[in-house]
Parts: sequence; structure tokens; C-alpha cells
Amino acid sequence: MTDTLFRGVRLLDPTAGLDRAGELLVREGKIADLGTALGVPEGAEIIEGSGAVLCPGLVDMRASLGEPGFEYRETITSAAAAAAAGGITTLACLPDSQPAIDDPALVRLLAARGEETGSLTILPYGAVTRGCAGEALAELGLLREAGAVAFSDGARTVGPAQVMRLALSYARGFGAMIVQHPEEPTLAAGGTATEGPLATRLGLAGIPAAAEAIQVARDIRLARLTGGAVHFAHVSTAEALDLIRAAKEDGLAVSCDTAPPYFDLNESAIGDFRTYAKLSPPLRPEADRQAVCRALVDGTIDAIASDHQPRDADDKRLPFAQAAPGGAGLATLLAVTLVLVHNGTLPLQRAIGLLTAGPARLLGVAAGRLSAGAAADLCLFAPERAWQVEAGRLPGKAQNTPFDGRALEGRLLGTWKGGRRVFG
Amino acid sequence: MLLNRSGKTARDLLRGKTLINLFFEDSTRTRTSFELAGKRLGADVINMSVATSSVNKGETLLDTAATLNAMQCDLLVARHDQSGAPSLLAQKVDAAVINAGDGMHEHPTQALLDALTIRRRKGRLEGLEVAICGDIGHSRVARSNIHLLTAMGSRVRVVGPPTLLPQGVEELGVAVFHDMRAGLAGVDIVMMLRLQRERMAGGQVPSVREFFRFYGLDEEKLSYARPDALVMHPGPMNRGVEIESRVADDPERSLIREQVEMGVAVRMAVLDTLARGPRRNA
Repeated sequence: MTDTLFRGVRLLDPTAGLDRAGELLVREGKIADLGTALGVPEGAEIIEGSGAVLCPGLVDMRASLGEPGFEYRETITSAAAAAAAGGITTLACLPDSQPAIDDPALVRLLAARGEETGSLTILPYGAVTRGCAGEALAELGLLREAGAVAFSDGARTVGPAQVMRLALSYARGFGAMIVQHPEEPTLAAGGTATEGPLATRLGLAGIPAAAEAIQVARDIRLARLTGGAVHFAHVSTAEALDLIRAAKEDGLAVSCDTAPPYFDLNESAIGDFRTYAKLSPPLRPEADRQAVCRALVDGTIDAIASDHQPRDADDKRLPFAQAAPGGAGLATLLAVTLVLVHNGTLPLQRAIGLLTAGPARLLGVAAGRLSAGAAADLCLFAPERAWQVEAGRLPGKAQNTPFDGRALEGRLLGTWKGGRRVFG
Repeated sequence: MLLNRSGKTARDLLRGKTLINLFFEDSTRTRTSFELAGKRLGADVINMSVATSSVNKGETLLDTAATLNAMQCDLLVARHDQSGAPSLLAQKVDAAVINAGDGMHEHPTQALLDALTIRRRKGRLEGLEVAICGDIGHSRVARSNIHLLTAMGSRVRVVGPPTLLPQGVEELGVAVFHDMRAGLAGVDIVMMLRLQRERMAGGQVPSVREFFRFYGLDEEKLSYARPDALVMHPGPMNRGVEIESRVADDPERSLIREQVEMGVAVRMAVLDTLARGPRRNA
């Protein structure tokens, strides 16, 4: 493998607090050196950055891949292509597939399928409960041993308090966290939009925003009871964020992420029954969107995840209540996050940290940093370059973006996995 | 209205036009009303009832839309149990789509006929106090009436137990009452809604007798309204659940039959108006 020298780039590494113009040398799939005036090794391929940002490949801590079981929506191959086009080189995938990832062999299969792509490290979540059915604990120890990065029932809430208590308690013994979809299931049943004036006007069954806070409150209390670590996925309401902020101040092992729709869109995106904006949890009123932005600024939110949920046209071209919830998110993760930088909400370093070092730390993996000796998983992008999201023309199979038509700034120029260029 | 009442027909207004009544949900009176309205104006009327029991409801909706489009229909009257279904249909067909009731969303022609009925009796809509009572949350009739009546300057109240009132309903411009006597105090119009029996199973109302005790319209509760207050109901009625027969059948107070009559007239007007528009992509 020939050496690759990145020249004229803006090196950005949130872990080291690095943000300066420089060069980076890749040798044998690893970062060999970074700094200024590194010199050109003989035969090295030179990438001229012209001031573009070179940062660690993104770590997406929440995505569904469609495989196994829903290959008509997305396959690992198509998801890997979309991830590469989105600058994502490491991805934690949800276990509520068909079958659910509740067997060690399935964990190994997913990790191996990721390696086959050559562009994406797949970190499989193991199921918390068998079949992600919310009843009996899955074999957490065996799943962990097989490589499960953490445990989750995916888009389903671990409902019964006793099951969650056991999960938190037992997983603690294996040093793994439980990733919860925080939405109290009986309050959410049948609902398709956030309860309130908009859902009332559209005649849609509502889910009270409090369903999120109620679940978060209970699970924080269970984390206190068990000493276990709980991570709340795609947090979207002010009230839940307040609870998480307070729990962190109390020193509990509590963390959370959010996804781009929850800081870039509000419930008005539903408009006249737009099913591409039907998500789970549902989009919220503007006040909650602003609270998510504040929680990103003050550090309550530890990571931004794509929350990629591939759906095909048949899942979405239905009356709103019957359409499947979920949005495609791999290709837009970086650019929608950069909206926060362009509008002055977050410094670039922090924004990239939420996409790299933040999730890597939560998942306990050595990814998301630029340091000599680390794998050369890299992402090169022009932060100011504009483009427009267009459903139907996104990379990968899933086209169900809630950002259809959105003009964004921040164009990916290239993605490297283990030193090999996989996009651009 | 006069045309409707005359017993004559105006066979030329919609001559050569095809009207399809596409009902994904059971309906007798609305479907019949549209059918009569179409026939009185000379349209060729076809009724299609599509079973909603099949699993692939949505596919049926879009497949049906494609089929109807190929048949070159001019007016499509659609009822569906899902909010937003006619809006989805309208994106797929060239015909003018008329919403005959979708889920918990809207039932626009019902609101128009209610407004016409009120205005004929009261001479105006502006400034009237109207109480809409019962299962507001699941009612498309309530939503459409709230939009229309508030736009026309009526003052609208909604009356019902908190479990049957949707969150944020006051932001639609209505006053909320949980006590029916207070809610009816001084009103000109009492509009009752049908209570779906399923609501009992959902636990939103403990029992029929309890509902009737607190929210059923009887003469005693009606006595809190203005002496000349009139009673309406979109039908079909659950006698003894949301309304007592003595009130429903009182010729002095009840407009229920007149509503049905106005329904045909309003739908004739809607069909005529929409048939004049150019067909999209024609």
C-alpha cells in the first residue's frame, strides 16, 4: 500500500483539541505522522486539501441497516455505500432486525459483514431481551463476548421496570451500557405525532411529549438502584434533557444522544401529512428543538447519531398513521450537524467531537481520533460548500430523508477507511 | 337548496361527468347524500365500497387511485378511516377529490351543511354561541365545524370529559368546558356528536350510563341553553347515549332532519363548483 500525504488541510481532532493547518501522512493503513512540513515520501499519493477539513472518520452510534430481514429497505452493502458518502467509518447497528441480534453468531455475522464491505466497521448492539420482545433477558454475557458493543432493543422501549432493572444490573457485570429508546410504551401506543395543537388539527393520534420524560425518569432511578449505565437514544424533549442533566450532575452513569431531525426540524415538517417526516420519537414543537440545541451546547448531549431508519416507498406512501416511522440519515449526518456550526450554535471542533470522539468514548472503541498509530479512518470535507438534499438521489438504497429539499453547507470530499479511499 | 327541494332535477349541470363515491369506511347517509346530489345534477354516479378489513389498506388506497385515474373520473368523493387519506389520493388522481370524512381529521361538507342549516334558522353565524358536545377528540365533524364556525365569527365551545378532548384544542379558538350545564349556559346552538362504542373499550369513558348522566343531552341540561336554542346531530345517533329521544325528536328544537336535507343541497353546490374547475393534467 502506497503512502498517502494530505497537504494543505485543516487538521481537526476533538480529542487532542487540535485545529490547525497542516499535513497528515498515512502509511500501512495507519496515521504515521501529522504536523507541518512532513516532507513527501517517495511514491506517496498526495491529496491537496486546499484548506478543507480533515477529521477522524465519523462514528455513528445508532443506525438500522435493514439486514438481516428487511433487505428491500437497505442492505449492509448499500448502507456501507451511504455511510462512506456520509464520512462514516464506524457504525453501531441496532439489533431489532429479523431475526433480532440475540445470538452470539449473529453478532459475529454482522461484524464480519462489515469487514467485507472494506469501508465500514460495524459494531453490533446485542439485544437486551430475546427477540427484542421486552420480556426475557438475552444472553448478554455471550453476546458481549462475541463483540456486542452494548445492548439495546432498538426502536422498542425496554418496558417492564423489572426487566430494565435486571438488564442494567446484569450488563454492569460485563461493563456494558443499556441503550434505551425512551418512550413510555403504553403512552406511545397508537400515537403518530406529538400530542398538541398540530396533531389535534391534523386528526392524528398523539403521543404526549411527557412519554419521553416519564421513561427517562424511571430509568435514571433504575440506574441509581442498580449502578448500571443507561444511555438514552435520540432524546428530543426539554423535560427529558433536564432530567438527564440533573442525573449527570448527581454523578450517575447516564448519557444520551440526539439525531439531526431533533435539532434541525420541528413538528411543522409534517405539514400536510408528509410521511417522510414521520419519525420515532415524533418531531417536537419548536421549544423542544431549541432545548435540544441548548443541551448540545452545554454538553448534556454526548453524541449526535444518524438514527438511520431505512424505509422504502411502500412503507411511506400510505396514510400518515399507517406509514412506517423513521428517516434515512447516513448521508446527511455531517452536513445537518454543520448547520449548528454555520448558525453559531456550536464551534466546529465541538460539532465534530459529537460525531467522533463523543460516540467513540461512549462505545468504548478506539476510533474517532487523529493520532499517530491510530487507524487511518478519515473524513475530508469542505465546510462551506453548498448542496441540496434530494430524495431519490441519495447514496444507498434508503431515500426516506426528512430533509428532502433542504439546502445545506458542508460537502464531503473523501472518506478513507484504514488508509484506503472509500468515497470521493 | 330550492333546486334540491323542487323535486326537479338539473340534469344538464353535470351531464357527461362521472362521479365516483369511494368509501373505505361504512357510511349510509353521506354516501347516499352525495349520490343523490350527483344524480340530481345529471352526473353518472358510481358507488365503490372498498373493504378495509384487508391488511394492505394503504396499497389498496393507491392502487385504487391508479385504477380510478385510468377510468377518467371527474369527481371523486372519498371517505377513509385514516386522517390525510384523501390528501394522499388527491396527489395521485386528476379528478377533483372531495373529502367525505377522513379519520379524525376533517369532514368539510358536514361543516358546510351545518353552517347552512344554522344560518337558515338564525339568519347569521356571526356572534352565535355554539356548543359542540361529546367525543371531540375522535370527531372530524367537530374539527371541521370548529374551523368553519370560528372563521365565520361564531363563538365555539367544546364540552366533554377531559379524556375525550384533544390536547391543545383551545388553540383552535374554542372555549373548553367539562361541565355540560356550564357549557350550555346561554348558547344558541347545541351540536351533539356520536359517541363511538369503542371508546368504552379504550377506557376513555367508564360506561354508557355514566356518559349519559354527565354528557348526554336531555331536557334538563338543554334548559341551561337559551330558550330558543336549537339542537343538531350529524348522525347516526345513539339514542340514550349522547342524546335523549325526546330532545332529538322535538320538532321545535331539533334540526337533525333539516341537516340531512341541507346535506344534499350543499353537496350539489360543492359538486357543481368543483366540476367547473379544469381537470388537472387533462
